[in-house]
Amino acid sequence: MIDKFIDSAAAALADLPDGATVMIGGFGNAGMPAELIDALIAQGAKQLTVVNNNAGNADAGLAALIGARRVRKIICSFPRQTDSWHFDKAYRAGELALELVPQGTLAERIRAAGAGIGAFYTPTAFGTRLAEGKETRRIGGRDYVLESPIHADYALIKADRADRWGNLTYRMTARNFGPIMAAAAKITVAQVRETVALGELDPEIVVTPGIFVQRIVRIAPLRRAA
Amino acid sequence: MKKLDRKQIAARLARDIPDGAYVNLGIGLPTLVADYLPKDREIVLHSENGVLGIGPRPAPGAEDEDLINAGKEPVTLLKGGSFFHHADSFGMIRGRHLDYCVLGAFQVSVHGDLANWHTGAPDAIPAVGGAMDLAVGAKNVLVMMEHLTKDGQSKVVERCSYPLTGARCVNRIYTDLAVIDVKADGLHVVEIVGELPFDELQRLTGVPLKRLATAA
Repeated sequence: MIDKFIDSAAAALADLPDGATVMIGGFGNAGMPAELIDALIAQGAKQLTVVNNNAGNADAGLAALIGARRVRKIICSFPRQTDSWHFDKAYRAGELALELVPQGTLAERIRAAGAGIGAFYTPTAFGTRLAEGKETRRIGGRDYVLESPIHADYALIKADRADRWGNLTYRMTARNFGPIMAAAAKITVAQVRETVALGELDPEIVVTPGIFVQRIVRIAPLRRAA
Repeated sequence: MKKLDRKQIAARLARDIPDGAYVNLGIGLPTLVADYLPKDREIVLHSENGVLGIGPRPAPGAEDEDLINAGKEPVTLLKGGSFFHHADSFGMIRGRHLDYCVLGAFQVSVHGDLANWHTGAPDAIPAVGGAMDLAVGAKNVLVMMEHLTKDGQSKVVERCSYPLTGARCVNRIYTDLAVIDVKADGLHVVEIVGELPFDELQRLTGVPLKRLATAA
């Protein structure tokens, strides 16, 4: 019997060790697994390497994780924002290493990890300082930069619906990094709005097949005032 | 000297986007172009975070936090729109499926080199986002920017002094003073705003410009 449902976010992250590489889904608030990040902060793991498109906003979520000095390194494409003060402070203090990656290269490096690719050539960033020191190659008259996959120990993502096999659907642009991070991590924990019985998800619309997902936590959506 | 304001630059650029085009509008200034796309054309807007077919801004109160663009602003979806993950989204960009992208710029060189992500200041926190992917990936890279910096320096330059976003990638530049094509043999002025004489545009720009027969 396969049952990937876990009772709580805390239980789903209990074994996450110090020094782990953790992918965190989301782009802006869309797809951000806020409750899983809160559970990670409470859990206490430190010296983490975090992979996310950004480096946290305001005082919650990833920003709070950075503010609590639990992140050793961040791999992202766009750390600087008007409200990225926790990142800015830690970065300027030299407490946090930054690996800046063009957004499409970040996505493809994550995808490549999940797909078993050893490395790939991309035209993005050729001739720029983000390609300095990297192997390059001219293929068919075009210049490319060699990039390597990003593997993770854990991925924390947010999806919409899940069954106990771990099949996932997403909601609108909240999908963003979810499917590729799920495939790139050894242990993928998805927080979902709704859990359903096997067979209730139309197989034609499953976006992330359960093989990529190890743990599911249902988080009831906040009730908003009407 | 008559100068276009930012909305007028966006409106001018929007006129050149043809029916049926797939287009990515960069965050910030280029997003304005959406407001001026001709209503009689079907133009499909793409956003890096995984959406094709972006519609108008939602009415106040109708925003959905799961439906945003790359600038993290709430948007709507047109009939025929679709959602996809980030690697597919950048596959569309890098794989040359987008007909146009519109980007802002600090500088564009005579060879079409683009600098728009980093001022080069040593203490600046760098952030690149999808700009480098768009610069190499879209079939046509359109830049919209002011022609001159605040202290009167041309942003069209012989060689970019800021770090590059992409080399030899810009096809056309829309400024508050002119529309300029970047070609293998140099910069061709397509259009000049108002009554500005070509020689004056040339003087302000600094780098050599070629005059098209159709340009004043």
